[in-house]
Amino acid sequence: MTKRRVVVTGIGVISPVGHDRETAWAAVREGRSGVKTITAFDTSEFDVRIAGEIQDFDPLQHFDKRKLNRRDRFVQFALVAAEQAIGQARLDFDREDRSRIGAFIGTGIGGLHEIESQHTRLVKSGPRRTSPLMIPKLMTNAAAGQVAMRYNIHGPSMSISSACASSSHAIAEAVQSIRWGTVDVQLCGGSEAALTPLGLSGFQQMKALSTRNDDPPGASRPFDASRDGFVMAEGAAILILEDLDHARARAAEPLAEIAGYGASSDAYHITLPEPEGKGAALAMRNALADAGLQPEQIDYVNAHGTGTQAGDSAEAQAIVRVFGDHAQKLAISSSKSVFGHLLGASGALESAVCIWALQDNIVPPTINLTEPDPDCCGLDFVPNEARQRELHTVISNSFGFGGHNVSLVIRKFAD
Amino acid sequence: MADDVRERVIGLIAERMAVEADQITDDTHFINDLQSDSLDMAELVIDLEEEFDITISDEDAQKIETVGQAISHIEEA
Repeated sequence: MTKRRVVVTGIGVISPVGHDRETAWAAVREGRSGVKTITAFDTSEFDVRIAGEIQDFDPLQHFDKRKLNRRDRFVQFALVAAEQAIGQARLDFDREDRSRIGAFIGTGIGGLHEIESQHTRLVKSGPRRTSPLMIPKLMTNAAAGQVAMRYNIHGPSMSISSACASSSHAIAEAVQSIRWGTVDVQLCGGSEAALTPLGLSGFQQMKALSTRNDDPPGASRPFDASRDGFVMAEGAAILILEDLDHARARAAEPLAEIAGYGASSDAYHITLPEPEGKGAALAMRNALADAGLQPEQIDYVNAHGTGTQAGDSAEAQAIVRVFGDHAQKLAISSSKSVFGHLLGASGALESAVCIWALQDNIVPPTINLTEPDPDCCGLDFVPNEARQRELHTVISNSFGFGGHNVSLVIRKFAD
Repeated sequence: MADDVRERVIGLIAERMAVEADQITDDTHFINDLQSDSLDMAELVIDLEEEFDITISDEDAQKIETVGQAISHIEEA
């Protein structure tokens, strides 16, 4: 059986560097950081006071008050990103078989805002004062469910949760569901809004975060010798994935093709990556095999590259393992240097970056890379300046706490 | 006092259901007019309990179908 081909026909993003595709891509391309001092709550007692915060998002511009009351921030982001993606794809649900459209939307954490505010009520006022909306707001599947409800689509919908690999897993499963013929269209990707006192405190206590509070734009420095952890961020990215024949039948323009994916598990540690990058390498190999490609056919890797000591080094070793001599010819960059780390939403947002890179033949840079860490194998991390380069096929890597690895192979669409 | 209760109850309902206070009368029916569901009603009961520092039993809460009935319940509590 020939695999059905899966193309991307729409992208929507809410990111720390812009709430639409054009603004976000311009910032990534030009290397303008979205990391700022946190304004949402008082951070004076925190060691970490910076993040890729979504600072000018007014939910009342998007939802009426009653609906808003039923949607945690991560669901709000997902709905707004989905609306943008549907708009770009020019998907008219009235002309579609709604039973053949689904929604796979990942999140690493879910409704942490709701968990925190309701826990405060529980402690302050007792168990008869928590909101009956708490559970349906905080559950990780709330975004997928609300997107399905909003567009009245009846294919399968679910959340996928694998920490910082969540939205890449969601894309991978969406690809599979289209190939398998379960659906023709998937609204997939991820959303995250865990920038709360509890969320920040939790990551801070792991010593996972950069404490470069005096230099927010310089804090996220993947592959740099002076990196000191990742920078939390929030936002969402939703992609419309579609069976190529279905897209053709409605004359939709493919933005790119998802040629394959690979996944693996480190089975090593609750947070640390396997230090030689064996699990990450297996995910990339699986992805290449699924796409039927040789390593030499990859032009660019959008790295997971969070800016932690252990993670960046393991990923660089994984790239060398998979690509051998070709590793030196690859362009590799981390868009987290610009966004910070959107946790469960990062993979989908970085897949969007890959698609924009393919469309414009521009490799976005790794910013704040002044002194490449010798631990990162001397690879070309495209320091600080974007580069014009003919791109055909790229890989987006995402790795999650718990040892979940996903690599997506994305290529320029050609008949 | 009575008018004060009415005003406060209507204010809470207007806020919770995102409607204008002047659109709400004693006869306004939570389900038929405001499209409330069980979760809205459960939230509203908590709002009323907090506002008036009372306890509304589940049994009593289930009997409240109109705004007038909610106001009477508070006034009798």
